[in-house]
Amino acid sequence: MLIQQFVNGLTLGAVYTLIALSYSLVMGILGVLNLAIAELFMLGGYFGFAVVLAQLPLPLALIAGMAGSALVAAIIERVGYQPFRTAPVVTPMLSTLGFSIILQNVATNIWGSDPLQLTEEVFAERFNFGPVSISAIQLTVLGVTIVLVALLAFLVQRTSIGRALRAVAENRDVARLLGVSAGRTTLIAFMLSGALAGAAGVLIGLHYAAITPYIGVEIGLKAIAVMVVGGTTRIWGALIAGPLMGVVEVMTVAYGGSQIRDFVVYGFMILILLLRPQGLLGGSGRNQDQRV
Amino acid sequence: MYYAGILADVGILVLGALSVYIILSTGQLSLGNAGFMGIGAYLTSWLTVQAGLPLTPSLLIAALAAGAIGVVVGFPALRLKGIYLAMATLGFGEMVRSFFLNFSAMGGPEGFHGMQHVSTGTIWIWAILVLVLVMVLETSQIWLEIRAVRDDETAAGLVGLNATSIKVGAFGFGAAVAAIAGGLFAHHHVYIEPGNFSFERSIDFVLAVILGGSTVAPGALAGAVILVVLPEYLRFLADWRFAAFGALLIGMLVVRRQGLLDRALLRLARPSSPA
Amino acid sequence: MSAMMETPPRLQLDRVSKLFGGVHALTDLSLQVAPRQIVGVIGPNGAGKTTTFNVITGAYRASSGAVMLDGKAVTDEPSHRIARAGIMRTFQNIRLFADMTVWEHLLVAQPPTGSALQRLLPTRLANPLAIHRAQEVLEFFELGEVRNRLARSLPYGLQRKVEMARAVTARPKLLLLDEPVAGMNHDEAETIRNLMLKLRDDGLSILLIEHDMAFVMNLCDTLYVLDFGVLIAQGRPDEIRVNPTVLDAYLGQAD
Repeated sequence: MLIQQFVNGLTLGAVYTLIALSYSLVMGILGVLNLAIAELFMLGGYFGFAVVLAQLPLPLALIAGMAGSALVAAIIERVGYQPFRTAPVVTPMLSTLGFSIILQNVATNIWGSDPLQLTEEVFAERFNFGPVSISAIQLTVLGVTIVLVALLAFLVQRTSIGRALRAVAENRDVARLLGVSAGRTTLIAFMLSGALAGAAGVLIGLHYAAITPYIGVEIGLKAIAVMVVGGTTRIWGALIAGPLMGVVEVMTVAYGGSQIRDFVVYGFMILILLLRPQGLLGGSGRNQDQRV
Repeated sequence: MYYAGILADVGILVLGALSVYIILSTGQLSLGNAGFMGIGAYLTSWLTVQAGLPLTPSLLIAALAAGAIGVVVGFPALRLKGIYLAMATLGFGEMVRSFFLNFSAMGGPEGFHGMQHVSTGTIWIWAILVLVLVMVLETSQIWLEIRAVRDDETAAGLVGLNATSIKVGAFGFGAAVAAIAGGLFAHHHVYIEPGNFSFERSIDFVLAVILGGSTVAPGALAGAVILVVLPEYLRFLADWRFAAFGALLIGMLVVRRQGLLDRALLRLARPSSPA
Repeated sequence: MSAMMETPPRLQLDRVSKLFGGVHALTDLSLQVAPRQIVGVIGPNGAGKTTTFNVITGAYRASSGAVMLDGKAVTDEPSHRIARAGIMRTFQNIRLFADMTVWEHLLVAQPPTGSALQRLLPTRLANPLAIHRAQEVLEFFELGEVRNRLARSLPYGLQRKVEMARAVTARPKLLLLDEPVAGMNHDEAETIRNLMLKLRDDGLSILLIEHDMAFVMNLCDTLYVLDFGVLIAQGRPDEIRVNPTVLDAYLGQAD
C-alpha cells in the first residue's frame, strides 16, 4: 500500500541521491557531465560484491566499493578530463562517454553479463512498524546515505578541501590566483564523486542481492534526471530530488506499470529543463554563482 | 549472406550517423536520435503492415512525421545549450523507448513483426541518396548559415541569420533522417522491439560521427564503416572491441578532435575544388 | 543641428537607458545619425559606448527609451531582425567565423533574395546575385588576393577589413563600427578612413566608436561624448575638442 511504496521509494531515492550528488559534484564544479559515473556506480557494486563473496565483513565491502571507484575516477580525471579542460565542455563529456564504454566492457569480460548473485540475502530481517515493513538492508541504505551526505556536507563547508572545491566552482582563474591548485582540486572532485557513486553501487547491489554490468545504464543514467530536477547548480538539490524521484518512480511502477517508469522520470527531467532549468533548488535562475 | 548482414548494418548506421551529423552541424549534440529512429521504425512498420502502404511512401511519411516531432520537440529544447541540450535529448530518447515499451498496440515489450524483408541494396540506395543530398546541401547558402550559427551564434544573428529557426530546422531534418534509418532497420530485421532503440543506439550514432569526422557528411560514412567493419578485422579483440572503441573515441578526441575526415582532407582528394 | 527634419533621421535614440541590476550603464541617451553622415561616439573607458551599440543591435534590451531606424521603432526586435532591417556592426574584438574563408564570409552575409528553395540549392548555380554582390564587396575592400584564405588566419588589419566587408555585404543603412582602427598603424588606418568615406558617399550612415582622437576629428560630422553612461557633450569635432566638460572627463581618467 501507499506508505510501503513510499518507504521503498525512499530507499531507491537514497541511492539516486548519492549518484546525483556524484554527477553534481563534477557538473557543478567543472560544468562537465561525467557520463562514466553510471559505470563507476556499477563497478562499485562489483567491488563490494567481490568482498562479500570472499566472506569479508560488510563495512569492508562499502570501503572497497568507494575506494575502487574513486581510484578509477582518478584515472578518468587524468586521462579523460585533463587533456580537454580548456575545450568546450561537450568534449570532456564525450571523453567520459568513451570511458563508460570501456568500463562496461571490462566489467562484462571480468564478471560476465549474467547477474552476479548473493547466495543469501544480506540483512534480510524485516522490521514492522504497523502497516509498514522495512528490511534491515533498506535501513542500512538509508543510514549509510545519510552518513555519507553528512560527511560530504562537512567536507564541503568546513574543510580547506571543501573551500578549494567551492573556489574552483566560482572561477578557475581566481582560484589559481588564490593559490588553489586547480588540477589537484579537480582530481579530488572526481575521486569524491567516484566514491559516492561506488558507495551507491554497493548499496544497491546489497539491496537487490544481485548485480549486472547494466545497472549503470538502467539506474545510473536516471540519476542525471535527479540531478537536473534538484538543480545542477546546487548540489544539495539532490537531497530533495533523490527521494522525490525515487518515490515518483516506485509509485509509477506500483500504479502505472513498470513499462512507463522511465517515461515519467525523464519526462519530469525535461519538464524541469524547459520550465525551470535551474532545478527545484536552483534559486532565481539568474544566479549562477552558488554552485557547491 | 553474412557480409550482406554487415553491409546492411553499415548502411543503417550511415543514416543514423548522418542524423546526428546534421544536428551537430548547428553545434547541438543530440544523444537521443535513437528515439527518432524508433519513431520511424514503428510508424513505417505500422504503415506497411497495418495500412498496407508500399515501403517508399511509408518511409517518407514516417520521415515527415518524425521531422515534425523533431521541430516541435526542438523548438523549446534548443533554448538549452551544450550539455543541457544533450541531457534533454538523452531524456527524450529514453522517453520514446519507454513509450513503445508501454504501447501494447504495437507489441509493447514483445515487439512487433510482420514487415516485408527489404534487401541490403535498398538500404544502401537510401543511404547513398541521403548522403548525396546532404553533400549537395553543403554547397548551399543554408549550409553556410548553419556553419555560421555553429561557430558564433551571436555574430550570426547580427549578420541577419535567424539562429533559432536554423537550429530547429536542422533538428527536424536530422530527426527525419533517423526515422528513415529506423524504417529500413525494421524492414531488414523484420522484427523490432523497444530495446533496439536505446541509449546505446544513440551512442553508436554519435560514436560514428565523432570517429569518422564531425565536420563533413562523408564522415558519417567513414565512421559507420569503422564501427562495423573494424571489429571484423580485429577478431583477436572480439571480447574487447567495445573497450577498443571507447579507447579509440578518447584517442581521437585527443589527437584529432574533428575525426578522421575533415574539409582539408577532402579538398586534397578533390583536385579541382573551389572555395 | 537638431532642427526639424522632413524625413526622419536614419538612426534615432530617444532617451535610452540601460540598467544592469542597479547599475546605470546608460542614462537617458539621445542621439541621431542622419543619412550619409559619419557620427562618432567617444568617451573614457567604461563610458557605455559598446553598451550603446549592443542596445541598438538588440543584443541588450533597452530598459527604457526607444531606438528608431528611419522613424520606425526597432527597440524590442530580436537581433537578426534588426540586422535585416539594415543595421550591421563590427566588434571591438573581431568576431569572424572560425572555419570560413573570406569569400564564405561574404556569401553568408547576403541579404535574403528569392525563395527559400534558392537557399537550399548549390550557391554557385542558384544564386548569381549573391555571387555578384560578394564579388563586388570583395573588390571594394581589395580583398581579392585573400579570397580563399581562412579569415582568421589573416593578419590583424585584413581581419578588420573582412569584418567590415561582411557587415557591408547586405547593403545596410547604418553601419556600427566598434574601434575599427584599434591597433593599426597610420597607413592601415588611412585605408580604413578612405573606405569609410567611400561608403558614406555611397549612401551609408556610419556610427563609430573610437579612441584614436586624430582619426575621429578628421572624419566625423558630429561627435557624441559619453561619460559613465551619460551624454556630456555633442557637437562638431572642433567644438568638442575645446569643450571643458569633455576635457575634464578625459583628464579624470588615469590612463
